[in-house]
Amino acid sequence: MAIFSVYVVNKAGGLIYQLDHYVPRADTEKTFSFPLDLVLRPHDERVVVAFGQRDGIRVGHAVLAINGAEVNGRFTADGKDVLEFLGNPANYPVSIRFGRHRLSSNEKLMLASMFHSLFAIGSQLSPEVGSSGIEMLETDTFKLHCFQTLTGIKFMVLADPRQTGIDALLRKIYEIYSDFALKNPFYSLEMPIRCELFDQNLKLALEVAEKAGPFGPGS
Amino acid sequence: MSRSPGRKQENHKISRELFVLTYGALVAQLCKDYEKDEDVNACLDRMGYSIGVRLIDDFLARSAVKKCRSYSETADMIAQVAFKMYLGVTPSVSCSSATGNEFSLILDKNPLVDFVEELPAERASLCYCNLLCGVIRGALEMVHLAAEVTFLQDRLKGDAVTEIGITFLRKPEDRKHRR
Repeated sequence: MAIFSVYVVNKAGGLIYQLDHYVPRADTEKTFSFPLDLVLRPHDERVVVAFGQRDGIRVGHAVLAINGAEVNGRFTADGKDVLEFLGNPANYPVSIRFGRHRLSSNEKLMLASMFHSLFAIGSQLSPEVGSSGIEMLETDTFKLHCFQTLTGIKFMVLADPRQTGIDALLRKIYEIYSDFALKNPFYSLEMPIRCELFDQNLKLALEVAEKAGPFGPGS
Repeated sequence: MSRSPGRKQENHKISRELFVLTYGALVAQLCKDYEKDEDVNACLDRMGYSIGVRLIDDFLARSAVKKCRSYSETADMIAQVAFKMYLGVTPSVSCSSATGNEFSLILDKNPLVDFVEELPAERASLCYCNLLCGVIRGALEMVHLAAEVTFLQDRLKGDAVTEIGITFLRKPEDRKHRR
């Protein structure tokens, strides 16, 4: 029962707040000897596992660290190409950490804007006039709940599919936003939210919602 | 009006007198700073505007009202829910034009002028509560309704009642899609 993250998007589609509340960490570190029985290939700026899933190392996991030192995209900490390094038998035995790649803040910004556009398209596609837009996006591993206020701000919560009470949580986040972000005289509208009180109260609200569990909060 | 349970401990009240006094001090200071009444009125309107653009989200979050589908619904919402929530008074609404986009809110009790009898002679065209006009204008703009809000009548100026006029302006493009 977990709430993974919260995103707040402003009227123009820009991400103004993001919180990763719970990230399921599935890192696996293993020592390997030559030859490597996993098939690795480059993908975007990372080296990912293409085949050879075993022992918690899944297809799609990226190489996060070699011998304890974090890799920098496709290069090791010393600047050597990862695939070259792992192709050289002299470097073995080697300990490699695999895991799901975490989104960078730029990627989050891009994804938030994309969702904003999809949301607008969704409202236009509606056969009825005055649609609320996308309220929920459901997958097998998470549910994305979205709430757009009448002023155009969108609050998105990614949570476990079994988590209930997210609607109430979204309303609560709206209240917290109107209190600790908007009433802060030094916060400019539509800008990234950097208010300590907002963070604290949001985390509190998320914990309350999580504790309520699968039966939903009291009211 | 819904308040979630977690906020019980934060409901300590601030005295109404303090608020009215603060507002009075604000207007008095503006009168010292600006010679012309129009400047004071404009300044109050601007301040009200920046309050309104923030207050609207607070209003929507606390009252959880549905989107208004017509100007008259909007005017009713302002009078019966918003004024009640923030000032504790409920003005009456009347529609004053055939086109259906001009409304008046008639206030028989205005808490902001509790301690004011009448305007001084040299400030005859001062709109004492112009902040309220700015607030309404700012709030409406954030929900994509452009409006002009002014005082049509003012008890402080000798009229019988205090009347706020809201004129909804037609938007250049159609409002049929996304909000």
